[in-house]
Parts: sequence; structure tokens; C-alpha cells
Amino acid sequence: MRTALSRLTLHEPRTLAAALKLMRRAGPLVPVAGCTDVYVQLQFGTQPALAYVDLSRLSPLRKIRRQGDVLVIGALATFTDLICSRLVRKSLPMLVAASREIGGPQIQHRGTIGGNIANGSPAGDSLPVFAVAEAVVVLANADGERRVPFSAFYTGYRRSVLQSDELIVAVEIPAVEGAQWFRKVGTRAAQAISKVVMAAVRSPHPRIALGSVAPTVVRLPQTEATLASGAGIAEAQRVLKEEIRPIDDLRSTAAYRLQVSANLLEAFWETTA
Amino acid sequence: MAARKRTPPLVEMTVNGEAVTVDRAPMVRLLDVLREDLHLTGTKEGCGEGECGACTVLLDGEPVCSCLVPLAQARGREVVTIEGVPADHPLKRAFVEEGGAQCGMCTPGMIMAALSLPARPSLDAVRAGLAGNLCRCTGYEAIYRAVQKAASERIGGAE
Ligand SMILES: Cc1cc2nc3c(=O)[nH]c(=O)nc-3n(C[C@H](O)[C@H](O)[C@H](O)COP(=O)(O)OP(=O)(O)OC[C@H]3O[C@@H](n4cnc5c(N)ncnc54)[C@H](O)[C@@H]3O)c2cc1C
Ligand code: FES
Ligand code: FES
Repeated sequence: MRTALSRLTLHEPRTLAAALKLMRRAGPLVPVAGCTDVYVQLQFGTQPALAYVDLSRLSPLRKIRRQGDVLVIGALATFTDLICSRLVRKSLPMLVAASREIGGPQIQHRGTIGGNIANGSPAGDSLPVFAVAEAVVVLANADGERRVPFSAFYTGYRRSVLQSDELIVAVEIPAVEGAQWFRKVGTRAAQAISKVVMAAVRSPHPRIALGSVAPTVVRLPQTEATLASGAGIAEAQRVLKEEIRPIDDLRSTAAYRLQVSANLLEAFWETTA
Repeated sequence: MAARKRTPPLVEMTVNGEAVTVDRAPMVRLLDVLREDLHLTGTKEGCGEGECGACTVLLDGEPVCSCLVPLAQARGREVVTIEGVPADHPLKRAFVEEGGAQCGMCTPGMIMAALSLPARPSLDAVRAGLAGNLCRCTGYEAIYRAVQKAASERIGGAE
């Protein structure tokens, strides 16, 4: 049943420090940014929290900037911000490609990168990009910041190292060498949840990540090593099919996901040759 | 401090150019405030979960789904609904002329989304711009025609 919204409380801090203090002292609080996941949960009555904290006024967290070789994307950057950012277009075009395929314009204007990461759906379209970019997630609480490699952020299906008094403040992306590639396969181009989503980088050490084939986004180290060794694409596809164990669910079957993943690998390898 | 019961502050915002003040809880949907408190019923609810775009309004100039916006996030900002688009706007006229509306449920959202298309949009740009809006009646072709017709008129100086 739909949640009675008029009974919910919302804190509206003006600064990150105030938000973090609230998270610590007034918690547990559920943060909201673009609300494109939280309001769907409220509509379905699957979000039990009664108290929320609005991050949307913390405009410094929306910045996208460069620090030396590192691209720093604030957690509140929306998909539209990413699509329009010259910095992101230049150094992380695969994230622009992913952002363009998230929802329609209405969702892209509101949905944030911090929300996509924190929500932690295995089908989150930005996640394979951060996996192959070997990003670092910057978390903050009232005491300070810590940096967690993206590969260590998720601990299971929709579970992560994020503590109840912490917020994601930014994602740091080191320079990525090689050609970037992104492809999402869903039921239709816009608005559809991914059946399989792949991000990859072509370099002497190829990097490949898949979403929607496991409880969390996954890198494929064995498939990557096979490609790096110079073995052909057919051999790499065989290794890939051993390396992942997708499941049947509402959106697709395991067999379909396995075949599509192998096809995507070939498409990646051919288009970046 | 935080544990004390607080009365949430009134929400002031601009709707279709007019300053309004609303006394509703902060997490109530902007969609419900527009329809129930401000009686702007042109904004429709289709799905209530961001999928259909029937509830699209402009928030500081950007199309968003008002079913996914907490009232508090509209505080101090500008909202434009279909009622804020003039009756003789080329988009409204073109929807009538091209048969872009059948049952009409999707039409306000389509028009609000179409308002942010670039000048002279290609068919692909129209499709991408309206990708967040579903229509159960028209099969979309008449809608795309209407939007492209309106865009050429606007370039032609009708605005
Ligand atoms: C119609 C529709 C289509 C969609 N299509 C796609 C799609 O194609 N691909 C895709 O990946 N997703 C899609 N989504 C899901 C959603 O839009 C994304 O996950 C988006 O990135 C969520 O961001 P948000 O700011 O709206 O998150 P919110 O709803 O505000 O928050 C989501 C979760 O993250 C937490 N959170 C948010 N920000 C922070 C932070 N800074 N620190 C800590 N926790 C935080 C919240 O507490 C909540 O648990 C779609 C959603 C809808 C409604
Ligand atoms: S009612 Fe808001 S998107 Fe359908
Ligand atoms: S005209 Fe009926 S839904 Fe579009």
C-alpha cells in the first residue's frame, strides 16, 4: 500500500556539516537526493522509514571537477549534469553513454550518481562504468571522510559498506587509458531496467564489468586475462560463460543473459579493435 | 534539537508565474499539491512511479515527474504546469491539428516535455525528448508530427 506521505518528516539542512550532524544525532534517517528511487519505494509502500533528510540543497556536492589526473564527481551530480559536462565527455565518455540511457529526460534531470550508487541495484547503469574505471567512493560522516575502492563498496545484494551515519559525497575517477565502451540491453531504449549492461575498456589490460548478471555489479578478471593473453574472442567468450552465473528473474532468463553477455563481449572487442 | 517535534515551515514557490504558499507536509508529492491544493488538474497522474510522464511539469525550467518530487524540493523554485502554457501556444495548436491527442491523458505531460526540445528537433531528438512519456492511444506518430510542426512554426516567428 502507498505510504502516507503527510506523516513523514523531512530535515532540510543547508550545509553538508549540518546534514552529517543530523545523520549522527537524529538518525536513523534516509537521505533523499533526486527521489527517483525513494518515491517509487514510497509509492509501493516498501520504504518503511518515517524520517528523511534532503540533500538536494547541498549544492557544493553537485560539482564536477578535475584534481590533477583525477575526475571528481560530486554525489549530487545528476545524469543531465554528466551528459552536459565537458570534463566527463572528455575523460569518461562511457559515463555519458550510460547516463543517456538512464530513464527518460525527466529521470535524467533528477536522478543522481550518489543515488544510483547508494541504491545499489545490480542493474544500476552507472555501476559497471565505475567498476571498470576503478573509481573510489568518498564517504563522509561527522568525524571526517574515508575513501573506499568501488570494488570493495558492495558487500552483497543491495548491501554496501555505507554506514547509517554516512553519506556518499563524491566519486573519484583516475585517468582511464584506452578506448571506453558501454552498452545496455533492455526491453526498449528508454526507461527500461537493464537485462544486461556492460562497460569495458580496451587496452593492453582490458577491463570488463557486467551489471544484472549477479547480486552486485561484477568485474570479469578471468575473461580480462584471457583477452590480455592474446587468446581469440571465441576463447574469451567461453571463459566468460564459465565466469558468470546469472539467474532467471522477472526480466529475463539465465540462458538469455549468458548469451547476451557473450555477444556484448564480442561487440566490444570488434568495435574497439 | 532534532528530536523535538517541529512544525514544518510553509512552502513558498512560484507556480505559473505566481507566488504561492502551501501548508502541506514536506514529503507530500508536488503532483498532489498542484492538483488538490492549487486545483491545477491539467497535470495528470498515470503511474505514480516515474514511468509514464503524465505528471510532467517544469521545475526551474527542466521537465520532471511531479509524482517523484517532494513538495519541499520545490521550495523557492519555479514550477510551470500545462495551465501555464498559453492556449494559443504552437504546441497546443499542433496537437489539435495533427491528432496528437486522443484520450488526452498523456497530452499535458507530452507538451511539457516537448517544451524543452531544441529548436528544429530531428525525429530522433523528438523521440529522445519524449522517451519518458508514454501514450496508450496514438502510437506516437501523430505526437511526433505535432511536435515537429510546432517547432517549425516557432522558428517561423509564431512565438
Ligand atoms: C522511471 C524510472 C526509470 C529509471 N531508469 C533507470 C535506468 O535506466 N538505469 C538506472 O540505473 N536507474 C534507473 N532508475 C533508478 C534511479 O533513477 C537511479 O537509481 C538514480 O540514480 C537514483 O538517484 P536519486 O538521486 O533519484 O536517488 P534517491 O531516490 O534520492 O535515493 C536513492 C537511494 O540512495 C540513497 N542516497 C541518495 N543519495 C545519497 C548519498 N549522497 N549518500 C548516501 N545515500 C544516498 C537514498 O537514501 C536511497 O536509498 C529509474 C527510475 C525511474 C523512476
Ligand atoms: S504519474 Fe508520474 S510518471 Fe506516471
Ligand atoms: S492520447 Fe491517450 S494516452 Fe496518449
